[in-house]
Amino acid sequence: MSSWETNPVLTIEHLTMRFGGLVAIDDLSFNVGRGDITALIGPNGAGKTTVFNCVTGFYKPTEGRVVMHRTNGEHYLLERMADFQISAKAKVARTFQNIRLFGGMTLLENLMVAQHNPLMLASGYSLAGIFGLATFRKAERQAVEKARYWLEKTALIDRADAPAADLPYGDQRRLEIARAMCSGPELLCLDEPAAGLNPKESGELNTLLQYIRKEHGTSILLIEHDMSVVMEISDHVVVLDYGEKISDGTAAEVKDDPKVIAAYLGVPDEEVDAVEEEVGI
Amino acid sequence: MSAKSENLFMVSLKDAAAGGAVALALFGVLIGMKAEVASGLGGQLGIEYRWAAVAIAVAIVFGGRLLLNLFVWKTDKPVTATAKGFLPSAKPLAKLGKYAMPVFLILAVVLPFLLMSAYGSRGSRQYLDLAILVTTYVMLGWGLNIVVGLAGLLDLGYVAFYAVGAYSYALLAQYFGFSFWICLPLAGILAAFWGIILGFPVLRLRGDYLAIVTLAFGEIIRVVLLNWYDFTGGPDGISGIPRPSFFGIEFERGPGGFADTFGLEYNSIHRIIFLYYLILIMALVTNFVTMRLRKLPVGRAWEALREDEIACRSLGINTTHTKLTAFALGAMFGGFAGSFFATRQGFISPESFTFIESAVILAIVVLGGLGSQIGVVIAAVVMIGGFEFFRGLEEYRMLVFGLLMVVIMVWKPRGLISTRMPSITLSGKKAKGISADLVQEGHG
Ligand SMILES: Nc1ncnc2c1ncn2[C@@H]1O[C@H](COP(=O)(O)OP(=O)(O)OP(=O)(O)O)[C@@H](O)[C@H]1O
Ligand SMILES: [Mg+2]
Repeated sequence: MSSWETNPVLTIEHLTMRFGGLVAIDDLSFNVGRGDITALIGPNGAGKTTVFNCVTGFYKPTEGRVVMHRTNGEHYLLERMADFQISAKAKVARTFQNIRLFGGMTLLENLMVAQHNPLMLASGYSLAGIFGLATFRKAERQAVEKARYWLEKTALIDRADAPAADLPYGDQRRLEIARAMCSGPELLCLDEPAAGLNPKESGELNTLLQYIRKEHGTSILLIEHDMSVVMEISDHVVVLDYGEKISDGTAAEVKDDPKVIAAYLGVPDEEVDAVEEEVGI
Repeated sequence: MSAKSENLFMVSLKDAAAGGAVALALFGVLIGMKAEVASGLGGQLGIEYRWAAVAIAVAIVFGGRLLLNLFVWKTDKPVTATAKGFLPSAKPLAKLGKYAMPVFLILAVVLPFLLMSAYGSRGSRQYLDLAILVTTYVMLGWGLNIVVGLAGLLDLGYVAFYAVGAYSYALLAQYFGFSFWICLPLAGILAAFWGIILGFPVLRLRGDYLAIVTLAFGEIIRVVLLNWYDFTGGPDGISGIPRPSFFGIEFERGPGGFADTFGLEYNSIHRIIFLYYLILIMALVTNFVTMRLRKLPVGRAWEALREDEIACRSLGINTTHTKLTAFALGAMFGGFAGSFFATRQGFISPESFTFIESAVILAIVVLGGLGSQIGVVIAAVVMIGGFEFFRGLEEYRMLVFGLLMVVIMVWKPRGLISTRMPSITLSGKKAKGISADLVQEGHG
């Protein structure tokens, strides 16, 4: 038995998402193992981002169930929760395919915003904060330390006080991951984190993701196009095509699955011939 | 070169001729013919033709377009680019912002004494009144800055909360006989309450829709005040609103009055000076609270909301609540300012709370630079002060005013002070300001 079947952190059951007549996801079920790096792959338009949007509450699924199993034993039915509660209560954080940073705010401010909920509590919903009470000042110091930690881990510490929009593309991707981690997630969903990175940056990203998984016990679900990245770091790969799951298993298993090869490379010529013969062209 | 300039001239001429033709078609009917009721008993309708005026208007359009084409639009070296060089660059202004705050503050505190010594108690009254007016707008600008500048919610109906504050004070005083010092917090709370009630349905909308609906709500409140005759007095307004007291001591002649208690000679200017300091303190409290909140999680959430709402939600921020707090807080300060307005005037009517007020307050915030506290001060002084200063120009006042706005918008499209200061720094030092091109304006 593989770990994602025995000890899942996220279970997706019969998830269907329709946009009018378009079926973006069709009866999709899979598990994300606790502490695993799970890759969700598939050709363009396969419905990967739509899965993320359903998991993080930005879309309400047409059908199906998405359950988050937290380490403390609590279970959350994500399809019923508002997007901001999924982050705050169910501890699922995400990044976006087209980066969404707070461009006019500094890196540090970006990471402080990510710690909004604990800080808000510490500031007594701003009342204690206005008068600068000690409890709030302490909480704020801790938040800054946490931000400093993640800025160091993502090698962005030198630019902590620079606006986020000024960063080069690769750094912005890393900052988005740092920001997501500052919200203290148990499941981190990354939408194409390696897109647009050069090989060196992409290698550093792999190290970072493995560090996050190992040191913080955060499970990672990532969408990726670059097969070398997928093969190198993921424990579990789920392949989508036209909204349906066509393969599910370890990286090695998936790589040799003929369906996956067909989806990625197209169908071999003999098969096309066979089909054409059948329908009589 | 000469062929090119010839070509430029021909193209410009053609374009100007086309413009002239459009102008002729439009002005031919708009200006050229004027319906007139013939005087006398018959009262017949006739048309008066004014072809000379049409000719002048068309000539202005033709000539103006030709000149603009030749020197600005079509040429490689537009004169505006050269003219820009003459305008002061933005950098020193940002530096100015740093020192402006203490200078303004000291000036504001000693202003009544300066005026008194310069013009005497009689002559300074008009200037003090103007200072009170400007400070009221500064406070309103600061209040609206929370909503528009920080949270990025375009609110075109801010005057509604100003009205709620003013009417709360007037009605509470009229029906229950409460004094100013009890009514002031109540008016603020009521306005904030209205902010939340209006905010709930409105804040689902974004961008232009939000702007339109807030505008409508602003008008609705005014229309209700106008038509609920039994309660608000409708167009008659409410008069005899009690004046504020110096913590219980009235500003009156004779024993027990302010002057008597403090051993001064009675002078009606005392009340004006007191009003001035009152609004100054209220405005400074608004500023202080805003500046503090900006450094707290809620303030950062407002700014993050302006930058990217979806990212905020992905980080667990309840955007509805966050928007509501901004809306309610802005409304509360509007309410405070409103109750001050009521006590200063002693009379209020729905007339004072028209859309133009919202527009002026918004213009102050936008001209000053969204999110900039000192920018609001400068813009309020320039705009409200300018209004009064150019009073002599009568109907040309608006023209001058409009021209000024255009110049500022061309010169500094993001407002006078447009750099954003980070709310926290890792180094602990003061960080560099963030250039306005990186900062989002918010989409509601
Ligand atoms: N909000 C929406 N409304 C309508 N159709 C949508 C919406 N979101 C996604 N789709 C459609 O759903 C399908 C899957 O889109 P999705 O963005 O999930 O693909 P993807 O696998 O992430 O692709 P890519 O690799 O290009 O990011 C596409 O056909 C897309 O057009
Ligand atoms: Mg996608």
